[in-house]
Amino acid sequence: MGNQEAVKPKKRLSNSNLLFLIAGVIFVLMYVAAIFIYPESFLQFQTFFDLFNNNAPLIIMTLGLCIVMIGGGIDISIGSVCGLVTMVCAVLLESGIGSVLGAWSVLGAILLAIVTGLAFGLLHGYLVAYLKIQPFIITLAGLFLANGLMTTIHKDPINVNNVYFKSLMEPLKHPDLGTVNRHNVFIPFEIKQGVIIALVLVGLLVVLMKWTRFGRNVYAVGGNSQSALMLGINVKRTVFFTYVICGLTAGIAGFVWLLSTGGANVGNAAGFEIKAIASAIIGGTLLNGGVGNLLGSPIGVVTLGTINEVIRVADIPSNFQTIISGLMLYLFIVLQSIVMSLRSGRKFRIDLPPWLKPPWLRNRKKEESQEMKK
Amino acid sequence: MINMQRLKQQISHLILPLSVLVILLVINLIKGPEYFSITMTNGAFYGPIPLLLDHASELVILTIGMALVTAASRGQDISIGVGATITSAVFVLFVLNAGEASLLTIVAGFLISCVAGLVIGAFNGTLVSVFKVQPMIATLILLMGGRSIAFLIDGKLSPLLDNPISKQIGTSITISDQIGTEIFNVPISTPIILTAVFIAITALVLKTTNLRLYVESVGINPSAARLNGISPKKIIFLTFLIMGVCTAVAGFIAVNKAARHDSSNLLKFIMMDAILAVAIGGNSLSGGKFSLTGAIIGAYTIEMLSQTLLRLDVGTETLRAFKAVFIIILMVVASPVVRDYAGKILQFARQILQKVRTRGGGGAEGGTGAPDDTDVAGPDIPVKKEE
Repeated sequence: MGNQEAVKPKKRLSNSNLLFLIAGVIFVLMYVAAIFIYPESFLQFQTFFDLFNNNAPLIIMTLGLCIVMIGGGIDISIGSVCGLVTMVCAVLLESGIGSVLGAWSVLGAILLAIVTGLAFGLLHGYLVAYLKIQPFIITLAGLFLANGLMTTIHKDPINVNNVYFKSLMEPLKHPDLGTVNRHNVFIPFEIKQGVIIALVLVGLLVVLMKWTRFGRNVYAVGGNSQSALMLGINVKRTVFFTYVICGLTAGIAGFVWLLSTGGANVGNAAGFEIKAIASAIIGGTLLNGGVGNLLGSPIGVVTLGTINEVIRVADIPSNFQTIISGLMLYLFIVLQSIVMSLRSGRKFRIDLPPWLKPPWLRNRKKEESQEMKK
Repeated sequence: MINMQRLKQQISHLILPLSVLVILLVINLIKGPEYFSITMTNGAFYGPIPLLLDHASELVILTIGMALVTAASRGQDISIGVGATITSAVFVLFVLNAGEASLLTIVAGFLISCVAGLVIGAFNGTLVSVFKVQPMIATLILLMGGRSIAFLIDGKLSPLLDNPISKQIGTSITISDQIGTEIFNVPISTPIILTAVFIAITALVLKTTNLRLYVESVGINPSAARLNGISPKKIIFLTFLIMGVCTAVAGFIAVNKAARHDSSNLLKFIMMDAILAVAIGGNSLSGGKFSLTGAIIGAYTIEMLSQTLLRLDVGTETLRAFKAVFIIILMVVASPVVRDYAGKILQFARQILQKVRTRGGGGAEGGTGAPDDTDVAGPDIPVKKEE
């Protein structure tokens, strides 16, 4: 009996799941610590759900970016595409067409958002996959293009006053779970539509990446495109579709943004590509490709959100929000680097110059070399 | 003979940026020949071209650093704009605290900002070389938090650089008046001079030291370089340190041009332009061989593109979209697949040409056919050769 157990291969956690687990554990620890330090703020349901309410577009964007990153590419145009979509949809809803179409205008806006996102995705995908241009440069051009188009279409902020859209914007409320604020006013618990869209997308894309042929192909291509090609995977098509999905999610994120703010502005979602990349990394996706778990992307977003919330509650100047987010990113990057090199069988060591090395390490190295000589 | 071949190889890198530059010059010539006019105003050269050189100076300096980093580490530093903001914040802090600015305080402030640049470079370099993080991610940290650090340094006030340079000259003239524009009796604006000096120093360093060889070998194959006794870690770290100095110089120029330290907007999207300049210059973004001449020409090309678009009455709002379309076209033309096709077409044309020649007749036909083909696919043959 004992022999049989020994024969059974030891189940080893895959890199994707390990990094995801680390991210999840750190988020939970951080949130629990926040609850202990600032219980009056973090013990409320609403605080937790506001993390999602405020960051739904970012979660959606990060999902698409994660897929591209797992496939070994990068897309830095998503923030601009998202901003462009908010502007286009707002212009459509506020224009004469919007008032003529009535309730259908909302559907038109959704379609327009999806089409705009898809157009960018198709462009990037074709140029990167089939013409083999470096993804950074092409998506950089996409960033400029989306940004330029946005300022060309409309320069001033627009508020959407379309009645049908306004009715769609109403958050879902649940009176039983509400909280009483410090002025003794009861606020019902609310959750925005965007969060639901985001969660549905998380579910769909996780299934896509985990249990479909396409998803497995993306991992294979990101891990090593040469051997994926040898295995008979259509590498070009796989890469192409990762970018298409990323464009699509950026478009949806733009609509969700409009849904949660109700206004379009030239500065919308500016710089969100950086936030999305940071969230993806914190969520355990590696830029080298092949490693990552889509469930990590909401966790990455929420981790950054929690840091900002803690800083806000603790009355620290807002400048520190970005600095501490940067430090957090630093921590995660170093941690991932150490974990990955430990797991790849190599011993992790830092080659310091001899005069910087602590004495006990210096001696050990000498002994090792002496042993080697013997 | 060998020299000729070498020259040919060197020029082949530059065909893409040079042809774009020539196209832009021709467009400007068609729009109006006054583009090339240079006049003397207030004892200094003035005109579109001096203005172009002046505007592009920070970009050129950062592009040099970016080319080195890209070649060695196979990735890009996206924190350069933020790095320049921090170093210039240090410079502004020092100069404003020094009160009356003399040449000594300016030089001292510049050196201190260089030290700040080195610290930034060391931070990024440690992450990339020791922890083996992708450069783009390692520099993302600074990109996220750096502007807030600059805010903390200069106290959120976006201070004016308005302390007088010296009592003898008069209180109305500030240091930024001199470094940002022209020094007395010097017809060329100071940023151009600084850029020229910087390029000269870089060229000298590359000519006299093994830096180019080491950087290229690390970029082409780090493990092979290590086996040959070149430590990839040290070289990558060194390129990031050089990048730090570049950011310090660029920040110094930029803050003196603007005459105030605007932490949130100083050199905001310059990393995009710098990476683009490196790519247009015929350098691979995945490391290896690099051509600084190409990168520098690429930087001037990008600046000239913006200038040309503005001259063609393209609005500032649509400028970026046009720029994007231009980049996409350029990248499609330079992409490996299109290059392959062009090479095949060229080969096909050559075969036909040879057949015509071996048949003995039709020398004139071949004569007219050949230059056309080489013109069309000219940039593609040498690049293939290099592979």
